[in-house]
Amino acid sequence: MNNLDFSIILQAWPYLWSGLLFSLALTAAAFLIGMVLGTCFALVQHFTIPVVSQIVRGYIALIRSIPLILVLFWFFFLVPIVLGHLSGNGRPIPIGATYTAFITFGLFEAAYYSEIIRVGLRAVNKGQFEASQALALSTFDAYRNVIMPQVIRVASPIILSQTIILFQDTSLVYVLSLTDLVGAASKLAQLNGRLVEMYLAVAAVYLVISSAASQFVGLLRKRYAFTGAHR
Amino acid sequence: MFEVLFEQTADGQRYIDWLLSGLGWTLALAFFGWWIAFGVGVVVGIGRTVQNRIFAALARLYVEIFRNIPVLVQMFLWYFVLPEVLPSSFGNAIKQIPPPWGSFFPALLCLGLYTAARIAEQVRAGIEALPRGQTEAANALGLGGYLTYRHVILPQALRVIVPSLTSEVMGVYKNTSVALTIGLMELTAQARQISEATFQTFTAFGAATLIYLALALIAYQSMMLIDKAVHIPGTTPVKDMTGQELTEEVQQAGTLPDAVEIVK
Repeated sequence: MNNLDFSIILQAWPYLWSGLLFSLALTAAAFLIGMVLGTCFALVQHFTIPVVSQIVRGYIALIRSIPLILVLFWFFFLVPIVLGHLSGNGRPIPIGATYTAFITFGLFEAAYYSEIIRVGLRAVNKGQFEASQALALSTFDAYRNVIMPQVIRVASPIILSQTIILFQDTSLVYVLSLTDLVGAASKLAQLNGRLVEMYLAVAAVYLVISSAASQFVGLLRKRYAFTGAHR
Repeated sequence: MFEVLFEQTADGQRYIDWLLSGLGWTLALAFFGWWIAFGVGVVVGIGRTVQNRIFAALARLYVEIFRNIPVLVQMFLWYFVLPEVLPSSFGNAIKQIPPPWGSFFPALLCLGLYTAARIAEQVRAGIEALPRGQTEAANALGLGGYLTYRHVILPQALRVIVPSLTSEVMGVYKNTSVALTIGLMELTAQARQISEATFQTFTAFGAATLIYLALALIAYQSMMLIDKAVHIPGTTPVKDMTGQELTEEVQQAGTLPDAVEIVK
C-alpha cells in the first residue's frame, strides 16, 4: 500500500471545483433543454400528430437503444456539419466540444424526460380534461392550467431521480476531453501522479452530492404520498 | 455505403473484422456482467428486506455507494485505484495481466457490481409488492426465514419484476461502452478507430448504431418472451416497460389514479 496523501486534494481543490461547476452547469442546461423538448415530444405523441409523432417515436427508440458515448461521438461529428448546412455555405462549422456536449445532453435527455412526461400525461384522470371543457377552457388553456401542472406534480420525483442520473452521466464528457469534475481530476493526476487520491476524491464528491439529492427526492416522495392521497 | 468495411486494414484484416471483434467484447462483457449483476443484485435485494439489522444496513450501504457514483468513476476506481491500494505484490500481479484481459476484468467487475445495485432495488420493490399474507402464510406453515424466501417470496418476486428488469438488461449492454475509457476495444471503440483510420465516420458509426439497435431489439424481445413464460396468471400484463416502472413509482407515491395493480 502506497502512502496516501490527501493534502494534495486541498491544493487541487480550485481546479476540481471549476470542473464540478462545469458538471453542474452541464446538468442544469441539459435539464432545461431536455424538459422543454421532452414536454414537446410527449405532447406530440399524446395528441398523435401524424408523421411528427412517428418521427419522435423513432428518435426516442433510437436514443434509448444506443450508448450515450456513441451518441456523443455522433453529435461531435454531426453538429458542425448540420450547422454548416444551416448557415448556407455548406462547410462544417467547428463549435468545439463544450457546445457539442450541451447540445448532445439536451437532446439525449429530452428522450428520457419525454417518456416520463408521456406516462404522466396518461396518469392524469380523463375527467380533468372533460371538466376543463365543461368550463369552456380551450385545449391550450386546459393543458396549460389544468393538465400539465398535475403531470409535473405526479412525475416530479421521477424527473428528479432522472436528473440525478443525468448528473452522473455528465461525467462521460470525459471522452470529449472536456474538463468536468472527472476530466479535471484525470488531468491533474497525469501531472502530479496522484491518481489514487484524485479518483477517490472525485468518487466521494459524486457520492455525497448524489446521495444527498436522492435523500431529498425520497423526502419529497413521502410528502406527496400524504398530500396526494385524495385523488 | 458499407463497402469500406470490407477493405483491407493496415494489419491485414478487414474493417468488419475489427467491428466484429468489438461486438464480441461487448457481448462478453454484457453477458457475464449481467449474471454477476443478477446474482449479487438478488442477494443484496433480499438483504434490503430482511429483519436482521446488520445485513439490512450492509445492503443499504452497498446500494447507496454503487448507485451514487458514476459508472465511469467506478471504472477508474477498479482499473487505476484498486491495484494501488492493494498490497504491492498483489497489485503488481493485477497490473501484469496482459492487455485485453487487463481491462476486461476490471470492466466486468465494475459493470456487474454497478448494475447489481440497480437490480437490488428492483428485487426489493418486487418483494415489497407481495402481499404480507404470503410471508404470514409461510410462517404459519412452519417455514423458516430461508425456506420462506427460497420457496415462497423469491419465486413470486422475481417473476413480477421481469418487465422492469428489461431496462436493466438494456442498461448493461449500453454501459459496456464505458469500458473504452480504460482501453477495452469494444464496439464503440472499434467504430471510432475505423472512423479515424478511414475518415468514413458515417459508415463506421452507422454500422455500430445498427448493431446496437439489433442488440436492443433482441434484448427487448427475449425479455418479453421470458415475461410471457414466467408470468403469474391473474396479474396484470405489463406492456410498456417505462410505463410499468413509472406506474410503480408513482403508485408508491399514491398520487396516481387508476394505477396498475401488480398483484391482485
